[in-house]
Amino acid sequence: MASIDSGGGDSGHKKGPGVKKAKKLSTRVDMTPMVDLGFLLITFFIFTTTMSQPTAMNLYMPKDVDKPEEQNKVKESGAFHIMLGKQDVIYYYEGMDPTQIKTATFKTIRDEIIRKKQNTNPEDLVVIIKPTIDATYKNTVDILDEMTINEIKRYAMVDISPVEYELIKITEAASGIK
Amino acid sequence: MPSVKIKKHAPENDMTPFVDVAFLILSFFMLATKFKPEEPVEVTTPNSVSSQTLPEKDALMISIDQGGRVFVSIDNPQSRQLLIENMNQTRNLGLGPAEIKNFINAPSVGVPFSQLKGLLALDPEEPSTKEVFKKQPGIPCSDTTGGELYYWIRDALTAYSGKKLNLLIKADNNAKYPQFKNVLNAFKKNDQNKFLLVTSPEDAPAGTALYVTRQKQIQSGK
Repeated sequence: MASIDSGGGDSGHKKGPGVKKAKKLSTRVDMTPMVDLGFLLITFFIFTTTMSQPTAMNLYMPKDVDKPEEQNKVKESGAFHIMLGKQDVIYYYEGMDPTQIKTATFKTIRDEIIRKKQNTNPEDLVVIIKPTIDATYKNTVDILDEMTINEIKRYAMVDISPVEYELIKITEAASGIK
Repeated sequence: MPSVKIKKHAPENDMTPFVDVAFLILSFFMLATKFKPEEPVEVTTPNSVSSQTLPEKDALMISIDQGGRVFVSIDNPQSRQLLIENMNQTRNLGLGPAEIKNFINAPSVGVPFSQLKGLLALDPEEPSTKEVFKKQPGIPCSDTTGGELYYWIRDALTAYSGKKLNLLIKADNNAKYPQFKNVLNAFKKNDQNKFLLVTSPEDAPAGTALYVTRQKQIQSGK
């Protein structure tokens, strides 16, 4: 208890006559400043704390190779191109024909990746990620994360070709994305 | 009629349980806390499902903020000293011992070489210096050669020669991809191809391949 029973008060037994009652001082301590201080410190620690430890995501980039014959080849049936455009919109196409471009969002792209993964020989499947200059860093990390989530073993991040960028521009203009 | 007098007490609350709880929470936060290192820029990292913890030692961190400004920081003061002395010679920065000392104590640095001397000449005790550090223009790295960031990375690698240096890239959600690409280019010019991207933790979405694998791992662990 906050107050310590000092033995005085109503519960005390009667003393004999002539015995002088010593004046009992209350030993009750006012806890309020202590609570104030306690909560002040709590607030301080809450604000300064970093609860979630940041994690690290691996990113391995390929070395630049000058000779085209040293570059990895991708089978047409196994290629899945993902392009990141403005306003978190994703454009994707399968195979090698960029004119077959389709639109997706970060919510729907997972289904497309899973579908592609199921329909393709695992050894041939390669996802090629091409962020445009309009993509944000978050988009890039999200799509790399999507590779981890769907356990895509082979993927690469490369520059977008001018042809593809033009096609994206046309699609964006058609769907009114500025 | 004698009325029964009820003795009126002051409405006094017993604060003890309150104090108990308050101090319990307080001790929890004191133990769980880890102070945020002071950084001149605010960077909100994206989430990822990666569960790997961030290495704290031997790390060269390149931060990119919302506006695409690039900052460099190194954890180890000794390496910072090696780096700056090296760079002072190779890039003719003309730094004196006091400025070198300021660099060793400085948080992230993000200025072109031409402004580095001016930045480091500021008194770190002055409150205005903090503001100047917040308004740094960023290290230029906007061309294909990697800009000045190339030299920072090169000299950091030299300062760490023989030891493994973790290359961390911490970029803001809203940083644009081209700037990230520029940083990657600067690393590539130094023949560095393995990076760690700093992210916030996130659970694997239910039902996905990774989720299934992780569930299996948990079950086999039991």
